[in-house]
Amino acid sequence: MVPLGYYLVLSAILFACGVAGCLVKRNIITIFMSIELMLNAVNLSFVAFAAYWHVLSGQVFVFFVMVVAAAETVAGFAIIIAVFRTRETLNVDRVNLLKL
Amino acid sequence: MIHYVLFFIFAALAVAGALNLLAQKHPIASALSLIVVMGSLAAEYLLLGAEFVAAIQVIVYAGAIMVLFVFVIMLLNAGVEETGGQGSRVAWIFGFPAMLALGLLLAWVLVRRDPANLPVGVGATYGPAKAIGEQLFKPYLLPFEVTSVLVLIAIMGAVVLARRED
Repeated sequence: MVPLGYYLVLSAILFACGVAGCLVKRNIITIFMSIELMLNAVNLSFVAFAAYWHVLSGQVFVFFVMVVAAAETVAGFAIIIAVFRTRETLNVDRVNLLKL
Repeated sequence: MIHYVLFFIFAALAVAGALNLLAQKHPIASALSLIVVMGSLAAEYLLLGAEFVAAIQVIVYAGAIMVLFVFVIMLLNAGVEETGGQGSRVAWIFGFPAMLALGLLLAWVLVRRDPANLPVGVGATYGPAKAIGEQLFKPYLLPFEVTSVLVLIAIMGAVVLARRED
């Protein structure tokens, strides 16, 4: 009988790790992985709340989040491949055409 | 009791995987630790009684999406992350305080938690596939159909973006 707070704490820790990865990492693929980590953390709190309030809508939302994450991954990787073709790098600091 | 033990084992695995994702320099090592996180999250979903979500977590996330990650890492021949250069100063100044703030927030949640909540027993399922299917095809029919359009757009966008221009 694990309290809801424990699941929320786990979710928050994972989300914080994702935020830190997004900010600190320089490889664009690793930054992408950190985004997936944040999505997973939010999914965990959705499922925890769904079990807490005994409603299924939370789990249906997790389904939608997963579908959107899959679509986002596919489009993002296409962009990464296009960037790699033109710039020959995966370092986000070197993708700076829009910088002043 | 077994509930707590399983929860803490898989929570520790998930947090260790997430920290390892941050610590590793090579993208393949990060991808493998992300698979550990997703697998242990699937176990947490099972503890919460969400068997359908656990199944699609393993199939879609740990299966399909991570295969895509590993495939792209190999395709682009991504090596060890370049550590030179100054990087983003703003990230170092704001990133870790932001992480600390999130940690304090979660500590607050833990302290303020309602002591009498969430009695989910092992084996008590709230998310059987049939019930979720009924939800998907009755109240959530329109969003469900819209996601199919979204997936189609993503496929076409990926083909157009990744195509080699001749």
